[in-house]
Amino acid sequence: MIHSLFLVNSSGDIFLEKHWKSVVSRSVCDYFFEAQERASEPENVPPVIPTPHHYLISVLRHRIYFVAVIQSEVPPLFVIEFLHRVVDTFQDYFGVCTEAAIKDNVVVVYELLEEMLDNGFPLATESNILKELIKPPTILRTVVNTITGSTNVGEQLPTGQLSVVPWRRTGVKYTNNEAYFDVVEEIDAIIDKSGSTITAEIQGVIDACVKLTGMPDLTLSFMNPRLLDDVSFHPCVRFKRWEAERILSFIPPDGNFRLLSYHVSSQNLVAIPVYVKHNITFREGSSQGRFELTLGPKQTMGKAVESVLVNSQLPRGVLNVNLNPSQGTYTFDPVTKLLSWDLGKINPQKLPSLKGSMSLQAGACKPDENPTINIQFKIQQMAISGLKVNRLDMYGEKYKPFKGIKYMTKAGKFQVRT
Amino acid sequence: MSSSSAFNDDKGGSSSIGEPEYGHDPASGGIFSSDYKRHDDLKEMLDSNKDSLKLEAMKRIVAMIARGKNASDLFPAVVKNVACKNIEVKKLVYVYLVRYAEEQQDLALLSISTFQRGLKDPNQLIRASALRVLSSIRVTIIVPIMMLAIREAASDMSPYVRKTAAHAIPKLYSLDPDQKDQLIEVIEKLLADKTTLVAGSVVMAFEEVCPERIDLIHKNYRKLCNLLIDVEEWGQVVIINMLTRYARTQFLNPNANESLLEEGTEKAFYGSDEDEGKEEKVEAAALVAKRKPYVMDPDHRLLLRNTKPLLQSRNAAVVMAVAQLYFHLAPKAEVGVIAKALVRLMRSHSEVQYVVLQNVATMSIKRRGMFEPYLKSFYIRSTDPTQIKVLKLEVLTNLANETNISTILREFQTYIKSMDKDFVAATIQAIGRCATSIGEVRDTCLNGLVQLLSNRDELVVAESVVVIKKLLQMQPERHSDIIKHMAKLTDNIQVPMARASILWLIGEYCEHIPKIAPDVLRKMAKSFTNEEDIVKLQVLNLAAKLYLTNSKQTKLLTQYVLNLAKYDQNYDIRDRARFIRQLIVPTDKSGALSKYAKKLFLALKPAPVLESPFKDRDHFQLGSLSHLLNAKAGGYQELPDWPEVAPDPSVRNVEVPEWTKCSSREKRKEKKVEKPFYSDSEGESGPTESADSDSDTGSGTGSGSEESGSESGSEESEGESESDKEEEEEKHKRKSKSRAKKSTQESEGSEPSSEDERKKPPKGKGPKAASDSESEEEEEEEESSSESSESESEGESESDTDTRMKQKTCASKPPPRQPKKETEMSLLDLDDFEPTPSPQVTPVNNFVSSSLVTDLEGLSLSDSALSPAAVSPASGPVKSYELLHRITGEGLSVSYCFSRQPFSHDPHMVSVQMQFTNNGDTEARNLRIQEPKLQSGMRIAEFPEIDVLPPGETVTMVMGIDFSDSTQAANFQLCTHTRKFFLTIQPPVGELMMPVFMTENEFKKEQGQLTGMNEITEKLTLGETCQGDAAIVQRVTSTASLSRVPCGSEMECRFAGKTVTSGSLVLVTIVTREQLVAQLTVNCEKMLIGTMLVKDILQALSQ
Repeated sequence: MIHSLFLVNSSGDIFLEKHWKSVVSRSVCDYFFEAQERASEPENVPPVIPTPHHYLISVLRHRIYFVAVIQSEVPPLFVIEFLHRVVDTFQDYFGVCTEAAIKDNVVVVYELLEEMLDNGFPLATESNILKELIKPPTILRTVVNTITGSTNVGEQLPTGQLSVVPWRRTGVKYTNNEAYFDVVEEIDAIIDKSGSTITAEIQGVIDACVKLTGMPDLTLSFMNPRLLDDVSFHPCVRFKRWEAERILSFIPPDGNFRLLSYHVSSQNLVAIPVYVKHNITFREGSSQGRFELTLGPKQTMGKAVESVLVNSQLPRGVLNVNLNPSQGTYTFDPVTKLLSWDLGKINPQKLPSLKGSMSLQAGACKPDENPTINIQFKIQQMAISGLKVNRLDMYGEKYKPFKGIKYMTKAGKFQVRT
Repeated sequence: MSSSSAFNDDKGGSSSIGEPEYGHDPASGGIFSSDYKRHDDLKEMLDSNKDSLKLEAMKRIVAMIARGKNASDLFPAVVKNVACKNIEVKKLVYVYLVRYAEEQQDLALLSISTFQRGLKDPNQLIRASALRVLSSIRVTIIVPIMMLAIREAASDMSPYVRKTAAHAIPKLYSLDPDQKDQLIEVIEKLLADKTTLVAGSVVMAFEEVCPERIDLIHKNYRKLCNLLIDVEEWGQVVIINMLTRYARTQFLNPNANESLLEEGTEKAFYGSDEDEGKEEKVEAAALVAKRKPYVMDPDHRLLLRNTKPLLQSRNAAVVMAVAQLYFHLAPKAEVGVIAKALVRLMRSHSEVQYVVLQNVATMSIKRRGMFEPYLKSFYIRSTDPTQIKVLKLEVLTNLANETNISTILREFQTYIKSMDKDFVAATIQAIGRCATSIGEVRDTCLNGLVQLLSNRDELVVAESVVVIKKLLQMQPERHSDIIKHMAKLTDNIQVPMARASILWLIGEYCEHIPKIAPDVLRKMAKSFTNEEDIVKLQVLNLAAKLYLTNSKQTKLLTQYVLNLAKYDQNYDIRDRARFIRQLIVPTDKSGALSKYAKKLFLALKPAPVLESPFKDRDHFQLGSLSHLLNAKAGGYQELPDWPEVAPDPSVRNVEVPEWTKCSSREKRKEKKVEKPFYSDSEGESGPTESADSDSDTGSGTGSGSEESGSESGSEESEGESESDKEEEEEKHKRKSKSRAKKSTQESEGSEPSSEDERKKPPKGKGPKAASDSESEEEEEEEESSSESSESESEGESESDTDTRMKQKTCASKPPPRQPKKETEMSLLDLDDFEPTPSPQVTPVNNFVSSSLVTDLEGLSLSDSALSPAAVSPASGPVKSYELLHRITGEGLSVSYCFSRQPFSHDPHMVSVQMQFTNNGDTEARNLRIQEPKLQSGMRIAEFPEIDVLPPGETVTMVMGIDFSDSTQAANFQLCTHTRKFFLTIQPPVGELMMPVFMTENEFKKEQGQLTGMNEITEKLTLGETCQGDAAIVQRVTSTASLSRVPCGSEMECRFAGKTVTSGSLVLVTIVTREQLVAQLTVNCEKMLIGTMLVKDILQALSQ
């Protein structure tokens, strides 16, 4: 299926190649570079590029293009999903997935790629199995390896591939048994000029960090499971029990994993936690424009809105801005015309604002488009949909684990049109 | 330098690996020497006996490979380490090997034996990894070895090894497509496998090797459906795609009656519960149709039901696969469920969005209602990449209808203000499409577009013009003011497509604007030479139309334009000008056509239909690459049309013995859903084993009740109990039993039964005895042999499971085979009488056969045929090879031959007789061998130095070479007092062995132990000159250093030998059939040697 993989950095160099079948010359990437040139933005390179003999399927993450070469019919999503899985694995192993990290760990990367695909067909993509086969590099292990000359490759044979629960290895032991769950919700919204909501939806995930000894069997139940409209599970979750009882029952993987991602039904009205007052005007004939922006909290259930970051792509005609933030700092890149204002926490008593003027290209006519404003924020200890975990029970093991649940709401693609 | 640099690297840890080639030769300085030195230094590290140095070197080499640097010259140094104890070194060597084996085929062969050993390892993981690497080495010569290995692994006990075998199938197929038929056999066998681990991989192999053999799926269809949920995600995708195709060939179109229903009814029950919807539909269909109501095949239903939960998968590819399955297979009312899942995927990475949107766009044309509730999810954000924006726009346009058009148009209005101009252009087109499809908003859209004509951006204006042109065509008479407005635009707009559109409009409707049109033509005539080609063509067009309607004003202008066009550079324009002139300007010669010129030019043109580019894309299977590209990709399997009449559904029934009545289909369906492999709590080997035990109890003794009881019990705990279930269960079991039994009788598949026997001997006897094909005697025979092998293996094995595996791999193979042979042959034919094997693996080196065997063979007829003469070594002519020609050797010529005499100093060496002749006129002195360059494991025993070789003289010397059982050449230098010659001796495979004396029974026994992987059988046609015993014996012995084994049958010739270095047996059997057809069998522990020997003998015999 997947013939070869090329990793291309932002400056267009191929810095890693791997072939699972016979070798494909790296000149095949020329077609990719061509497409890259044609695309105005890096993310506009088409994910699937046909060439005379091959097809190139690429994903862009962390400013690295992962270009897979395939030769015959294969579902494109299959390849794309796999490439993303590769990136996730790298991130899992090295903390970050950058060119430098990959180059530093080129041998581990190669070993991983070797295990993940056999003859181009995915073999082991579960992080637990991979970690059994190839241990992730840590500082401690690097030091030990240097002294003893030992290696990153697992000493004993990996049995995970044979197990019925491929996501969990046997013989896990911890002195402190703990299970943490983070309920993270993201609000995607489009707010129009007048402040009314055009579309808003809530997407949530439950990320877990489970460090439990042995083979625990967990069940997690919600106070209000009906909120969850559309769900997708980690393979460990027993689908039938969810169907029947709306309970999550699973043998957890060891370590960090995403248990569930869900969508809150769109019938429910979505509470929008912030509002934006804006006044962005350009006057005909003048080389000046006004810029005013004020943010305020709304429907936050008393929780503070934190880490607020406002981004806006100003029209091309804007040369520079002269603004005055009431709090935080702003930056403006005159090349990309990106205005970004990092204002931190919203204080309901003293609303943050950014006011001032924009200087426009002299003589040019007034831009007919108004910029959209993208907002990022975080609200701790609250799930905006109101989802609540009822209880977490453990079966199959004797000890008492430490359990913790954290809620958080974030802005997803939160956009205000002006 | 090597050691110090390695040390540095150790200290640097992994950080320096990234730039190895720069990091390690700073001292060497010179650019030219660096490359050479670097590799030298790596070689040294690889040769050292410290694992850490080897590892370091391998890491650097892998880093080189990763960066695409050529590291092929290190091959010999790397491949030596293939047997290294250190796991990481080994792994990296594998990485290297797989990468370069194709380029260095000969050297790669050196590593094969390591993997062959691995294939027999008691540990399943080692077996699997050996098979994986072996099959990844793309070297054609080992195809037979791979084939054998795959066959063997396909019946391995461990599902993991079987999975690996399934993975190896496409590899072998791509290496040698001729193996297809044999591979299909293996696929067929693996498809019957009941474990989830294997299912995905084997379907993958099926899709790559023989996707057209849909008949192989019948029997496994239900099993695959039921296993699906527990298969790993990548396998799920492949299986679902395959089953979609399968279902299209086997079931009826559930929407066949749908065309009779009105669109409205479809919407009414959209979104209603699945079953309700179905009922309603059936009702509605009954109302409308005189056709008989459609009843879905339960198997069709099974597929739909079992795939539905997978919409919840976290893997986008799985969700997409299920979505396309529903789209292509489900009744219309049920397709709606996929919309939610697809919309969820839109939250994912932009590449996933891109693919999903493409598919949603296609679906939304056919089934608009499905996505309507999710309209807002397709709203566009300014941060989306352009390609996503355009696709979302496409979907929004497809979803537009009378009720939602106003919201959509409001959205479009915001989009038009976007900074992304490509996106704005796409939006304008979308507005145009909405206007054509929804009559109510046509005027609104047109007005909006006209307003855009005053936009500052030219691209926007141009796009609007093009769209307006299309809209105006629908009702031109009402919009002459718009046309006037556009006529004015010709002064400003530069975009050629827009100019051409305006000109066409003016020409077409010149009667509505009689005053302006000639003026536009005047302006265009002025600028004609500077226009683009499409504009010029339209100018000509306009001129012609005006000439026809208003010739008074425009005659001269038209002439002028036509003249300009006559001398244009573009031949299309010249051509058009000629054509128009003939048509419109009346001359004497102009034919009948010019009378109709007006009709021709001013005919009423049909309004264009603005269509989605995604229309009709659904003839490609959704989610496929071909669909995405809208072009057939290589290897794409066409999605077949529904059959008119459903093929026989009973082909999917798993075989039922006569005494069980076929259960009703409804019941069968129920049972399937509750089948036990559903739960994932079962042991991994559980399914296999239970299947085995089924087959065991199944042979009619009726002892299966206890079994089925326990099984159904476990099922009930799953929460499902029905009155007739147990009965059902049993029926089903019998089916599978009988199948298993059948396969036992048919082929190598007999392993499970013998396996079982050992597990539960008391039970095992019953069925065996009952089955009439085998006699008691043989039974004992078999048992005793398996026992003995058990004792053999127990010595080495550590754990229980290991023991079992051992038995499986080394012991259980021979026994089932031989008893079967016996039943076929007459009792008098004692050739095949099998002596009770001695517990030890017989060392065959002793020329006198082991006493035990001789004692037992009293009855054997073969004794009489024993003739010691057959065992003379060096029978047959000795062929001599030239080593050094007298011209290159400056008078000295050397030839060598394999004398086939044992080398006296070392029995593990092949003796090579060398003949030195001095053809020159000066004497050669100090002839000796120097600096042998040998592959690992090879040794040379040099001949004593020849002091003087006078001219014209000839001297014969004998040297010994231990080729270490490979056909790799031995390289060395021959030195004289003046010169050095580089010489190479490459042995034919037949010379790597020496004859062994053996009796027929010994031969048989040894052959029995070298079956399976170690046995290679080929059919051949004997050459004209090669008939009769003597000729065959002569040819074979001249090809290989073997001795003939006395033999009772006239039709058979047997030869035995052992390899010189390791003493592995080489057994050759040639059975002549009628006339010239013969069959050659070679049994050899060293599969490579076996393979090559087969080739050589084949060649010798067929000449």
